Amino acid sequence: MYSSIQDLGRLGYRQYGVPCSGAMDHRSFEKANFTLGNDKNAAALEITIIGPTLQFLISTEVCISGANMNPKLNETSILNDQVISVNENDILKFGPLKYGTRAYLAVANGFETELLMGSRSMYNNITSASRIQNDDILSIVSVSSGTPTMKSKKSDNIDYFDTKELTAYKGPEFDLLSFSSQDKLFNQEFTISNTHSRMGYQLNEFLENDLKSILTSHVLPGTVQLTPSGKLLVLMRDAQTTGGYPRVLQLSESAINLMAQKNTNDKISFKREELTI
Amino acid sequence: MEKFELTYKPFGERSILVEWPQEINEIILQDVQGFRNKLENTNDESIVEVNSSYNSLLVTYEVTINKFYDKFEALKSIYSKKFIDKFKSKVLWRIPVCYDFEFGTDLVRFSEEKNMSIDEIILCHSDAIYTMYFIGFLPGFLYLGDLNEKLHLNRKSSPELYIKKGSVAIGGKQTGIYPQASPGGWHIIGNSPLEFFAARNEKPCFVSEGDKVQFVPIDLKTYENIKSLVDAGVYVIESEEIDD
Repeated sequence: MYSSIQDLGRLGYRQYGVPCSGAMDHRSFEKANFTLGNDKNAAALEITIIGPTLQFLISTEVCISGANMNPKLNETSILNDQVISVNENDILKFGPLKYGTRAYLAVANGFETELLMGSRSMYNNITSASRIQNDDILSIVSVSSGTPTMKSKKSDNIDYFDTKELTAYKGPEFDLLSFSSQDKLFNQEFTISNTHSRMGYQLNEFLENDLKSILTSHVLPGTVQLTPSGKLLVLMRDAQTTGGYPRVLQLSESAINLMAQKNTNDKISFKREELTI
Repeated sequence: MEKFELTYKPFGERSILVEWPQEINEIILQDVQGFRNKLENTNDESIVEVNSSYNSLLVTYEVTINKFYDKFEALKSIYSKKFIDKFKSKVLWRIPVCYDFEFGTDLVRFSEEKNMSIDEIILCHSDAIYTMYFIGFLPGFLYLGDLNEKLHLNRKSSPELYIKKGSVAIGGKQTGIYPQASPGGWHIIGNSPLEFFAARNEKPCFVSEGDKVQFVPIDLKTYENIKSLVDAGVYVIESEEIDD
């Protein structure tokens, strides 16, 4: 089980080697907050594949967006992308994963965990915890559970989470690849390996690597690196700020969000798009 | 100062990567810093962050860039202007390092592979003055230049899962200090008792880009003493202002 508090991340601290962090899938995160009428950056709980069991100590309103993990409030199934009123002592449980990889549990006004370097996003050595643990108590503000205000956007259909095509731009070293490697990058299907985390996703397939390492330079969430062994590594929100592997592709913002919902053995392909120069 | 032929590339939807030749040298560092300084002092509010590495600047804008060409031209015009050569005084930091076998777990193997005595390795490593180019990899990890060629050794073929916080290491042509425990493929030759990153401090890292660093060999007892002063928050790092 891996659940952590996330917001839109730490901006302006790259110069100290601090990763952006923040919700892996901004789209689903923002949807949960929007539905509750929260601030865009209100901290939510990011839940990966297996969800926790949570007991509410005060009444509030919550919304779950992103992956569907069959959530139940006091044993009654509840829907994603809806405002749900919760009372003191209510129990929220998550069941088997139906689709997606990461769900976001937003609460009215957001979680009030520690704020460091302008963000509540949990990250090892910056916040005191890098994930939530059994028996943790997370601070929220009490909201009288009145009539839920339905602001929900259309509920996600599974098609969104099943999207295989990820929009990608050329990375800084793309033009140094052989034509056949360039071609393969955009025409081959890739498989998510079992090595993936908030730092990045490794892909199974090999790409012939005719490039040397580069002098250590900047990498971003969504940068696709080609490792010396020929494997591709898609960097995500907790990735380091610099790296020495050639940067062959850069995912679009919406592709990073889609990637965050991928799981082991899922297939993806990169759809080439040019930035307007 | 000499100007370089820079390349400008889009890097995602709202960043531009400006690149100098792929070299580690101080002339490039000064030019990178000069350009960065200029950018940070322009009134272009669309720029939210400017970050440097050995040979590049990452310029990040607030929103998606619609026409990269216009941004490239704006950056080129700023680069074409003269930079103020000196804009900040530099500091030489003396970093205590204990090269005892207790910490320098790869020292013996390193000495065999390089055919150097351990004393020679320590002298060679601590004699030099290193320039700090930028911080990356982990919060507070300093990218230093100018490691003596005698100490160059390729990284381990497979990384160790656990490298102790404070470890001083050599990897390829570089030397560095692990600011926190982490996996890593560099050869560990010692350990520094200092804290290289403090999220709660106004200035999270005490070393700034362009500053100099020198390692000062200390014994185990001194290490323990300094460590307890650091933990108590009262250790003053030895440093001096320098002209370069």
